Amino acid sequence: MVFRRFLSRTLDVFPPLIALIAGLLVASLLLIALNANPLDAYQSLWNGAFGSENAAAETLVKAIPMLFVAIGICVAFRGGVVNIGGEGQMIAGAVVGVAAALALGNANAAGWVIITLALLSGFVAGAVYAGIAGVLKAYFNVNEILSTIMLNQIAVQLMNYLLNGVLLDPSEAGSNHIPKTARIVEWAELPRLSFTLSDGVELFGRTRLHWGLLLALILAVLIYVLLWRTTIGYRIRAVGANERAARYAGISDKRQVVLAMLLAGGCAGLAGVVQVLGLQYRLQTDGSASGFTAGAGFNGIVVALFGGLNPLGAIPASVFFGGLLVGAQKMQRDLGIPASMITAINGLIVVFVVSSQIFVTWRSKRRALSATVAVAAPPVAQLETQP
Amino acid sequence: MISDILTAGVFASMIRLATPYLFASIGEMFGQRSGVLNLGVDGIMLMGAFFSFYAVLTTGSLLAGVVVAIIVGLVLGLAMAFVSVTLKAEQGISGIGLYLFGLGMSELLFQKWVGTPQSVSGFPRIYFPLLTDIPVIGQIFFNHNLLVYVAFALVPISAYVLNKTAFGLSIRAVGQNPQAADAMGVNVNRVRYTTVMIGGVLASMAGASLSIALLDVFQQNITGGLGFIAVALVYFGRWKPYGVLVGALLFSFVNALQLQVSAIGIEIPTEFAVMAPYVITIIALVFASRQTEKPDALTKPFERGES
Repeated sequence: MVFRRFLSRTLDVFPPLIALIAGLLVASLLLIALNANPLDAYQSLWNGAFGSENAAAETLVKAIPMLFVAIGICVAFRGGVVNIGGEGQMIAGAVVGVAAALALGNANAAGWVIITLALLSGFVAGAVYAGIAGVLKAYFNVNEILSTIMLNQIAVQLMNYLLNGVLLDPSEAGSNHIPKTARIVEWAELPRLSFTLSDGVELFGRTRLHWGLLLALILAVLIYVLLWRTTIGYRIRAVGANERAARYAGISDKRQVVLAMLLAGGCAGLAGVVQVLGLQYRLQTDGSASGFTAGAGFNGIVVALFGGLNPLGAIPASVFFGGLLVGAQKMQRDLGIPASMITAINGLIVVFVVSSQIFVTWRSKRRALSATVAVAAPPVAQLETQP
Repeated sequence: MISDILTAGVFASMIRLATPYLFASIGEMFGQRSGVLNLGVDGIMLMGAFFSFYAVLTTGSLLAGVVVAIIVGLVLGLAMAFVSVTLKAEQGISGIGLYLFGLGMSELLFQKWVGTPQSVSGFPRIYFPLLTDIPVIGQIFFNHNLLVYVAFALVPISAYVLNKTAFGLSIRAVGQNPQAADAMGVNVNRVRYTTVMIGGVLASMAGASLSIALLDVFQQNITGGLGFIAVALVYFGRWKPYGVLVGALLFSFVNALQLQVSAIGIEIPTEFAVMAPYVITIIALVFASRQTEKPDALTKPFERGES
């Protein structure tokens, strides 16, 4: 199948590079059309993303949830499941995670206990929520793209319902409240993250950067090992690469599909709960579809594709797209270019990454062809007369 | 109680609200019958909605709005066809890319060119002499704007095109067995380009029907994922025009009920009302999942000599 062939070749650095260049090109044309100098815009974008210590920290903060989601997307896509449900799974993880953190905080549990259990429950909630789509695909033949998109919308409404109801911050009661939970206890917060450089200077000392970054990096390595160094990962990839062959080899494709979705949803669920524990310290939304996630569930797909569907590749990719999103805010202030331009460019990059697969396919076909030719070794003249 | 809810007004809204579903789903059905799954419908809808709105806002001409919507649909349909047919890209993911593009682009242009929310005077309701005055029936069936009737007319037209014309035969052949169609002399890629572009135009019109006929405004993400439901409706309708019609009416009925229930003040949390169509879509997909009518070549790019 096309998707499987596409998977096996995505590791090539080729497509992301083509996609990036094409994306930059289109973005430049767009900027010119909007009466902005592309060079000024990119300068402003860069300064906004990496121009200062705080900018770089914000970029990393933005990258954290996208990296979590992207790691999960790598598992799902490698397993042949097109999981578009990152948004909903993030929300599921955040809702259950914050509920756990609040309940344990009320019970005066120790900080590390609250954090561990909240992360765990966020993972499980995201996994279960994604598992719905996995089971529907494996056992009821329901297209997972459509089901996960619907589940995203359902999750947003469920979250709004809970935040206006049982989870509403008690101090916010009243008709004009902001839909948000109470604040988690201070000792359940993920600590801020900073580095002491060799010359004694503290990097990221007064920024919002938090330990979620380390958790995401650890998860990236773990999932990389899982996918390429364990039989569990081998099975998932085998089903993704060739469902029928895997079935002949005795690997249950249905079970792998569900497993891939569970893992993917778990990672996205972690993205949600880490946003709560590390950054917002409560669950809060403006009621809109991306009010809580800020689109990280969707952008995680872009990051995963751009990172070659490899959890380790997703690390630099997440920083890159984090920088784009943060830099876009500054570009909006400096040049009046709406930050939604980045959404459009992200979309184009997705299209370009999957489209440039054909060049890779075309190259490997030529390689395969020349190999066949070498074996069969027909007369050169005869070969050349063929179209 | 029931008579408070099921008023003529509800059925009139059901007919009216079926419009964007019908445009988008019938268009999507053409693509899928030829083997191409275009998941970018929602993105094309958003672009169509914005551009037609902007055209009407600046020129005051509804015709300009429709023409612009058609052009936008052709261009984006062509782009999607190029990506999925010529470049053979994975269709599900490239569709998501097209969706993100439309989402970001329509918002970008709206902020840049329009800025503040404002309304346009969209398609007016048509008055049919005598017919509109019939009690109940007149209100339900003969009191809508032009695009509503165009959307419903698409159902028999597309059924005719698919089942009774040579072009329809080519579409079905290409969707079922592109190798055989190719051997019979059908230009597989040309058929797919055509169907995806038809789908693009109709998706764009679906967006226009929101912004210049039903709501008469444009706002960020005005479709709210309606385009994705439209894709699901094609599965639900088992790739048949009348099946799609049933699905579209079911969904617009749910939407109409939702409006009515909150209008007469029945205490259902709004979140559950908003959620209902998505839950129903999933349930509908489960029931539509035997999919014996599904085109065999759906999502598979065509390569000569491969089977």
